[in-house]
Amino acid sequence: MKELALMKGNEAIAEAAIRAGVDGYFGYPITPQSEVMEYLMLQKPEERTGMVVLQAESEVASINMIYGAAGTGKKVMTSSSSPGISLMQEGISYIAGAELPCLIVNVVRGGPGLGTIQPSQADYFQSVKGGGHGDYRLIVLAPASVQEMADFVDLGFELAFKYRNPALILTDGLIGQMMEKVELPTQKERVSEYDQSWVTTGKTKDRERNIITSLNLDPDLQYEHNLKLQEKYKSMEEDVMFENIECDDADFLLVAYGSSARICQKVVELARARGKKVGLLRPQTLFPFPTKEIARRARRLKGILSVELSAGQMVEDVKLAVNGKVPVYHYGMLGGKIHSPDDVLKVLEEKYMGGY
Amino acid sequence: MEIKEIIKAENLVYRRTPLMTDATLSYCPGCGHGTIHRLIMEVVEEMGIQEDTIGVAPVGCAVLAYDFMDVDCTQAAHGRAPAVATGIKRLWPEKYVFTYQGDGDLAAIGTAETIHACNRGENMTIFFVNNAIYGMTGGQMAPTTLEGMKSSTSPYGRNNETMGPPYKITEMIAQLEGTYYVTRQAVHKPGPVRKAKKAIRKAFELQKENKGTSLIEFVSNCNSGWKMTPNESNIWMEENMFPFYPMGDIKVDGQLVKD
Amino acid sequence: MAKAKGAIVVDIERCKGCQVCMVNCPTDTIGMAEEVNGKGYHYAYMKSPESCTGCTNCAVVCPDGVITVYRVKPN
Repeated sequence: MKELALMKGNEAIAEAAIRAGVDGYFGYPITPQSEVMEYLMLQKPEERTGMVVLQAESEVASINMIYGAAGTGKKVMTSSSSPGISLMQEGISYIAGAELPCLIVNVVRGGPGLGTIQPSQADYFQSVKGGGHGDYRLIVLAPASVQEMADFVDLGFELAFKYRNPALILTDGLIGQMMEKVELPTQKERVSEYDQSWVTTGKTKDRERNIITSLNLDPDLQYEHNLKLQEKYKSMEEDVMFENIECDDADFLLVAYGSSARICQKVVELARARGKKVGLLRPQTLFPFPTKEIARRARRLKGILSVELSAGQMVEDVKLAVNGKVPVYHYGMLGGKIHSPDDVLKVLEEKYMGGY
Repeated sequence: MEIKEIIKAENLVYRRTPLMTDATLSYCPGCGHGTIHRLIMEVVEEMGIQEDTIGVAPVGCAVLAYDFMDVDCTQAAHGRAPAVATGIKRLWPEKYVFTYQGDGDLAAIGTAETIHACNRGENMTIFFVNNAIYGMTGGQMAPTTLEGMKSSTSPYGRNNETMGPPYKITEMIAQLEGTYYVTRQAVHKPGPVRKAKKAIRKAFELQKENKGTSLIEFVSNCNSGWKMTPNESNIWMEENMFPFYPMGDIKVDGQLVKD
Repeated sequence: MAKAKGAIVVDIERCKGCQVCMVNCPTDTIGMAEEVNGKGYHYAYMKSPESCTGCTNCAVVCPDGVITVYRVKPN
């Protein structure tokens, strides 16, 4: 019996979190994602599943609460938006360095700085390339619907625990605020067994003490540790996810994620109606990036247009994937403005005809 | 007497200070922010210091304060205004520098910056508008939200046990040696408004004496966040906020005021 | 000694109809108009102009600073 609801993307994240058996949420209000915590507080999750929900004094405090709880093996998460995620970068680097699982949700807004509250996709670099200091990567999921907002919570935790790495849901104010039908996941039991090889839950007689740290003063050890991290990130490739929308006979591809992809779905329809064989490759994981998939399709393409609500960030990864074989272009509105299907179509037609 | 005989230039006794810009205030009807902005600008006008005054705006409802006050302003990241103001005041000690912050800005995310600017005794003025809620982002709980008070993140009322009780950061900061003048005021009635204006004037004048930080807390209303009419919110404020956040001077001339 | 004679001028379009002036007027001079301004607010006005003393209480509590006050001193 399917459980259906009509909700906002932000609310879907919150409801899915309770159902995924999440142990704790620590967050701070910021537009356009305050509904996540408001919904959680309203649901009384301490009564539903015993989940802890705490409003911290800041995003810096939130991410450090996550760090502490994650070190005990609990399923914990936070959500914020661009300026707040910037505050979390130090904490995220620590979590990645200490190899802890957790889920962070970024409902991106226009920047830089305090910016706007309108949607944007200009945090791609911050999420996929680093953001915090050091050689680390996050697992990055990119939902394009309220359903995926719900589904990616459990998926995010699955991957985070599989790899002992923080996972980030990179969404935006459009998906966060829009309302769609969603099939809610079934309630999972909260886990009660913790991997005693690393969690700080109390040194019992049968084991050595566990230390959660990212500090390694011995350069040889830190080198080994970094090699291990890099191996881990390479191995994440097996969990790459993407959606293929009419790509198989296409001679021109759009590459877009999240709300930009929703807009591009319409562009594919419009272009095809005008006789152009256009497809949309929609990454659902931005790390691991569907590099191989784009590379293998490149041979048959006239060109690729990366469409993002930014000055062009993901386009660099597309260019790396095709490695010069095919021209790659970028188009996108900046600073919180949203491009329309017609805006994209106009640029597409120029590039399709071989324009520069 | 005909009204038109009264309304003449020579009979003018009060007009809105020209140091408030022409922009319509973006604050909700009845919100104390408008009154407080105006009082600060009246003092700047009366002291003739518009050219030497620099304000630092917060993140919160007053993020747009710089649209309404006709003085040079810097917009600070959430909670960082005291640090931003320190940067300005240290390099321009002869200027009048003030921060204007809400309860989330000053007492949640900005706690460290607030404490340390006051501890260093920066010769500036901190205006702290405490309406026990996060207005701009939609009415979430603040560190100063009262026990039992409903907000969007305390929908069943603030539970002191799980969320911690509200705290009086003003009394805490008054303990620091670096603070010189700490007082709590209100602007919901004419009497308190006139007292508040005197406090603002005193705080600005103290900047010239290099004796330390002045902090004025304004206990104010948020009728939108509290879900009341403006007049209802002012009554509620008197009955509920004032007992917990009492009016009056907390520290004067560098000495804590004994009860 | 006769009371001072006062009058207020309300910037109708800027008034947000919050009614804070009305409850702080010591002589019950102020009322809220039945008409609304361009933003849909019932603006403040002198419903009993003869009782205004020009005390400025209304103007000093007005969050939007929309009130200008005039006063003729007695004698």
